[in-house]
Amino acid sequence: MRVRITFSKQGALRYTGHLDLHRLWERALRRADLPISYSQGFHPQPKISLAAALPLGFASRAEVLDVRLNEDLPVEDISSRLKESLPPDIQVLGVESVDDRAPALQTQVLSAAYEVHLTEPIDGVELTRKVEALMMSESVIRERRGKTYDLRPLIEMLSVVTEASGKIWLRMTLAARDGATGRPEEVLNALDILPEYTRVERTRLIFQK
Amino acid sequence: MLTPEQVELKLDRILLKVQKPGRYVGGELNSIRKDWDKAQTKVALVFPDIYDIGVSNVGLKILYDQINQRDDALAERAYAPWLDMEELMREHGIPLYTLESKRPLACFDIIGFTLPYETLYTNALNILNLAGIPVRSADRDESHPIIIAGGHSTTNPEPMHAFIDAFAIGEGEEVIHDIVNAIQKTKGAKREVTLRELAKISGVYVPCFYAATYMDDGTVAVTEPTLPDVPKTVNKRIVAKLPPPPTKFIVPNIEVIHNRVSVEIMRGCTRGCRFCQAGMITRPVRERTVQEVVDAADAAVRASGFEELALMSLSSSDYTYINDLVDAISKRFEGRKLTVNLPSLRIESVSVDLMEKLKQHRSGGFTLAPEAASERMRRIINKFIPDEDIINTTREIYSRGWTTVKLYFMIGHPSETLEDVQAIVDLCKRVIEEGRKVAGWKVKLHAGVSTFVPKPQTPFQWVACDTRENILEKQALLKRQLLKDKSIKLSWTKPEDSLLEAWLSRGDRRMADVIYSAWKNGAKFDAWDEGKKSEAWLPAFEEHGLDPAFYTHRQRRTDEVFPWEHITAAVRKNFLFQDFRMSLEGQIRVDCRLNCFACGILPTFANLRRENPGEGWKCPDVKTPARKIDIELPVVGD
Repeated sequence: MRVRITFSKQGALRYTGHLDLHRLWERALRRADLPISYSQGFHPQPKISLAAALPLGFASRAEVLDVRLNEDLPVEDISSRLKESLPPDIQVLGVESVDDRAPALQTQVLSAAYEVHLTEPIDGVELTRKVEALMMSESVIRERRGKTYDLRPLIEMLSVVTEASGKIWLRMTLAARDGATGRPEEVLNALDILPEYTRVERTRLIFQK
Repeated sequence: MLTPEQVELKLDRILLKVQKPGRYVGGELNSIRKDWDKAQTKVALVFPDIYDIGVSNVGLKILYDQINQRDDALAERAYAPWLDMEELMREHGIPLYTLESKRPLACFDIIGFTLPYETLYTNALNILNLAGIPVRSADRDESHPIIIAGGHSTTNPEPMHAFIDAFAIGEGEEVIHDIVNAIQKTKGAKREVTLRELAKISGVYVPCFYAATYMDDGTVAVTEPTLPDVPKTVNKRIVAKLPPPPTKFIVPNIEVIHNRVSVEIMRGCTRGCRFCQAGMITRPVRERTVQEVVDAADAAVRASGFEELALMSLSSSDYTYINDLVDAISKRFEGRKLTVNLPSLRIESVSVDLMEKLKQHRSGGFTLAPEAASERMRRIINKFIPDEDIINTTREIYSRGWTTVKLYFMIGHPSETLEDVQAIVDLCKRVIEEGRKVAGWKVKLHAGVSTFVPKPQTPFQWVACDTRENILEKQALLKRQLLKDKSIKLSWTKPEDSLLEAWLSRGDRRMADVIYSAWKNGAKFDAWDEGKKSEAWLPAFEEHGLDPAFYTHRQRRTDEVFPWEHITAAVRKNFLFQDFRMSLEGQIRVDCRLNCFACGILPTFANLRRENPGEGWKCPDVKTPARKIDIELPVVGD
């Protein structure tokens, strides 16, 4: 059966990268005694796929993975077995069974939503002005790993939230399609905010209907 | 002092700038986070190398479990940050902290270092400094933690005597509780009161209560207690029976060196290889039962999800029920995705049969350790194996489908000549030739040739190390003849690394100043290529007017008092000396399971053995009542 697991990744796990997370899940499924399917061949690989890589250092309450199991099991069972076998900073938020023939998870992701909390005080008026200027721009050319690209079309939504308490934070939705992925730290850089003075959390992955 | 929250906030600002930030954040499955305020005694356990290496250390894991099982104490972990992280921590004012609670090390009552090898010493100093704790014991007061250390290298604790408050000599499972109790009992007291309490514990060495005097030639005259109630000789601690092995291994959230479960099947070794410090200092042999090993392995594999299981011992083939164990393991794990490691097998075809039974769980190569390549040399080191056995065993390995054989050798054994080194070349070539006859051109050989360092508490403690020139000449011979064969891979140890290990393992109290200066000169990560060695160490020797060759290139007099004379692993000096003399005559000693050679273990632990009868302890029965054995020992040498 094919199982879709939604989970959060917080705390220390923010510093576990994509490949290590893959390995972590393989071990967690094994600890939970769930019968993972492996690929054929000399070096069999577990059939686990993560929807969209989360950059190192970011938390998430909306990670999604698909895993194929050799047996059909009730989803409640899978969920309760997994709870015991995951490190404390990963929590299972949902388990559902998916049609075996459904397209690969990674191909279905359209965009990702983030919340950015600031760990240093910031001038809200100034920030709002910069956000507006950025959103009004036709294009925002940036350089990353020696290549130039336009960040602007990758930003689907960007807004400043000011709480009654005066706390200010940011909300953004960025494209997350194959070959067109917006990175929150690039947006922060464009707003003159140092990413190390923020806490970024992915709040939602938006899939094709 | 920074709160855990302040530490975390500061960490967030630097972690994305370092390699593998996952090393510095904890949060692993099976790590234990206890309520800080409910524990009376807090212990920070430190492996003074990077997380990737330290996290899988079984010794610290045992202590971690022992302490955390107590209601009144907690243990957390710390490792050495890599160079990039250290630089940023210093720049941002982050003291070294534990991974569990992110509390600075200075908040703990005890800092416990494991020092399994000597090249960790400068890292230990660096860690104290990074934790904001004075590096020298004499500069610490009641506001600082008590610094303890244990591990194999502490069988000569003297080079580190100025930095460590108390050494736990021998096995840690029981003594750790005595140490925690002593700290609890003397909480709030003067530091000296605490140290005196620690010195009362069997197996604990508190160096500040001893003084060393020297002869005109620079050798030690005597090291003796400066207080009346402190023991003249500190005897190592052992456990009569091995406690249940750890099963809840910490599972890192990033890739590390050893992603595996390790189960110790037996402790100690009865082979008596004369170069082997572990074989001398971990006696007597105690075995776990097959049932206990298999159940623990199963529980640990389930609790960790690891893909690899290592069955640890110094000599797997000598485990009494090795056949039963291998059968039981292959049966229990049948059909499960798991690699099983069974290291330290004897060079005989039976070993190939054993590995064949595990073939479903087999990993890459097959490793054997002849240690020397000429029969003369193998007699000297007391690891006697005829050449034919090596050829037959490796041929068997190749013919049963392993393509790579790894052979471990050492150069620099006592009285070794270039002919003995040439024998390594000849043997390797013969192994490959014979292998090709049975398995064709695909066969490969990896020769790992390290350099022998004569270690304290072994029969070779009297001998000199090879000089740098000798080592280079021998290595040049190996490289010249082995590197051109594409089927043979050769690895070796840099002479500087071996000499550093030798200075540190054979040094006396005066080496402490050298270590301190070397660290001040920038020495750290001495086990790594990144460490700066000669630039830091040679000027440090010079600064203190000490000659490195005095420690390494001098055959020690038969009546010399060693710097470690007042520390004993219960194997007596006269036994070691007799064994050394036998080696000079090319005489071998058989496995002491068959015949007791009166090394000193039985009389020292006679009561312990009597109180714990049973099959686990593998010394043969000796007829004389234990308390009389003392006078029946042969006295040789001094």
